[in-house]
Amino acid sequence: MQGLPDPKSLLDDDRADGSIYSNPDLYDMEMDRIFMHNWIWVAHRSDLPAPGDFITTFVGSHPVIVSRDRKGVVHVMLNRCRHRAATVCELKHGKTASFVCPYHGWAYGLDGALRGVPHQEGYTGQLDKSKLPLISLKVEEYNGLIFASFDKDIMSLDEWLGRAKPWIDLFMKQGAGWPVKTMGEHKFTFPGNWKIQLENTTDAYHFPIVHKSFLDSVDAETQNTFDFVEGAGFVEDLGHGHSVMVMIPELVDLDEGLDAPIPERFAELAAELAKDYPDEQVRKIVRAVGGSGFNLNLFPNLACSMAFFRVLRPLSVTETEIRHIAIGMDGGPDIANEARLRLHEHFQGPMGFGTPDDAEAWDRVQRGSLAGKDISILLNRGLGHEARREDGNLFSDVSAETGMRAAYRQWLIAMSEEAGA
Amino acid sequence: MSITLQDAISLITLEADMLDHGDFHDWLKLYTPEGRYVVPIDPDVEDFEKVLNYAYDDAEMREKRVVRLLSGRSISAAPPARTVRLLSRYRMLESSDTHCTLRCAQMLQELRQGRVHDYAANLNYRLEMTEDGLKIALKVVRLLISTEALTAVSYIL
Repeated sequence: MQGLPDPKSLLDDDRADGSIYSNPDLYDMEMDRIFMHNWIWVAHRSDLPAPGDFITTFVGSHPVIVSRDRKGVVHVMLNRCRHRAATVCELKHGKTASFVCPYHGWAYGLDGALRGVPHQEGYTGQLDKSKLPLISLKVEEYNGLIFASFDKDIMSLDEWLGRAKPWIDLFMKQGAGWPVKTMGEHKFTFPGNWKIQLENTTDAYHFPIVHKSFLDSVDAETQNTFDFVEGAGFVEDLGHGHSVMVMIPELVDLDEGLDAPIPERFAELAAELAKDYPDEQVRKIVRAVGGSGFNLNLFPNLACSMAFFRVLRPLSVTETEIRHIAIGMDGGPDIANEARLRLHEHFQGPMGFGTPDDAEAWDRVQRGSLAGKDISILLNRGLGHEARREDGNLFSDVSAETGMRAAYRQWLIAMSEEAGA
Repeated sequence: MSITLQDAISLITLEADMLDHGDFHDWLKLYTPEGRYVVPIDPDVEDFEKVLNYAYDDAEMREKRVVRLLSGRSISAAPPARTVRLLSRYRMLESSDTHCTLRCAQMLQELRQGRVHDYAANLNYRLEMTEDGLKIALKVVRLLISTEALTAVSYIL
C-alpha cells in the first residue's frame, strides 16, 4: 500500500521520532498490526467465575463479549449480531443463558452459537444457523489472566509470555495463599497517545519527581521504601516487548522475608489479623496487602503493577483510556482486602494522590511533542551500562529505559509485518 | 426544634463557596472529627468501606488532600483547577434536633489547561448538630458519570 508511514524510519536503538504520538496513519497501522495480531488481555478469571458469567470489553477498538459457557470454557466473541451488526449486549457484566439481539431477536448461546432466529421461514431455507455464530477470537489463559487475539495463527500464549511467566506467578502471590480476585476499578482517560502510558509503567525515573505530593502524604518508613531510584533494583527485558522493573527487591517474592519487621503503617492491621490467624499467616497477609515490589509490563495493553492491574485502551491517536483494577484475596480477611482498597484509593484513580500527576505528565508529553518537527524522544537512559544476564535478558539499573526500548523493539517487529499476515 | 432546611442549605452552600474559592483549611472545619467525604463509583452502594471508591476520606485523608492541593508539589494541582458549582433541588429527607439528611443536585464546571469539564452529581449529606453548631458528618458525591471514564480531578468535588 502507498502512503503508509515507515515505522523503521521513526525508531532508533536509543530514540524515537516525536511524531509516533500523533501520526493518525501510524495509529491506524497500530490498531491493525498490534491490536489485531498480538495477544490482548481481556479479563481476569475472577471477572467471570461461574458458568453463564460474562463481561463486555474491547480488543483494540473492537467491542467483545467475554463469556464462560456451561462447561466452564471461556469465549471471546465480537459483540456484533451476524444479521445487521447491532451489539447483542450492552451490560458491563452479568449472568445469562443467551445473548439476544434487541433488533430482530436473533439469539446466541454463551459459546456464540446462533440458537434462534424469529420467523425463520422468511428465509425459505437460505439461512444456515450453523454458519452464523458470533465471531470468535482465539482465547488462552495463564494464571488467571485471560487473553484474546484476532490472529488464529498467533504463537501460543505460553510462548508469547515466555520469560514473563515467572513474574506473573510472583505477582499472584498477593493472594497470600488465596486466589487473586479483582475488586473494582478506576477508569479514566488522558488526552495523549497510548504509548506514553506504555512507557510509564517501567519508568522509575519519574517517581520522586512526579509523585512528590504522594510521598509527602505517607510516613517516613514508606517514603524510604519508595526511595528506589538509586537503589539496588533493575529493569529487565523479558522478550516480546515485555519487561519488568524491580523497584523494591525485598518485595519481589512475597513468600520470603516473612520474619522482616511489619511496617508501622500495617501494625494496626496486623494486630487485628492476629485475633484470627497464626503469626506466620498474619505476616504473609500483611506482606500481600503491601503489594509486590515490581511493575511487570506485558506488551501491549496490560501491566501487573505493584498491587493492581493497569489496562490501557487506545481511543484515538491522541486519547487513551486507562483502567486501574484493584485486586485482593478471594476468600481472604475482609479487613485485609479493605486495607488494599484504601491503599488503591490513596494513589490510584482520577482522585488519587498519584494518578492525576501521572496523567498531567503524559498530557504534557503529548502537547510538547507537537512542538517542532523531526525532534527525537530520548530512550537512552541506562543504555551505557546495560548488560545481558546468563539467560540472555538485557538488564540495567532501576531507572533505565530498558523496558521502553524492549517495548519499542516489539512495536517495530509488529509494525513491520505485512498487514493481514 | 428540628434542624431547618434553611440551616442545612446555609451550611452546604458555605461549603460549596469555600471549595470554589480554595478556602480548603476552613473547609476542613465544617466536618465532624468522625465525618466522611465519599465519592463512590457504584451508584447503588451504601457500605462504602467494603468497595472501591474514588475517594473515601476520613479526617486524616481530608487533611492530606488539602495539603496536597495547596503544596504546589503536585503538577496536576499547581495550580488546582478552577471550579464553579451550583447547588439546587434541595430536599430534606429526615430531620431531628440532633441530625438531618439532605439531598440536592450539584452542577460543577471545571477549567484546567484550557479545557472545560462538566460534572453533574447528586449530593447526599448527613449533618449533625454539635456544640460548635451544625457540622457535616457525611457527604456523598454521586457523580452522574461515576461508572464511566473520568479525567483527573485535582480539586474537591
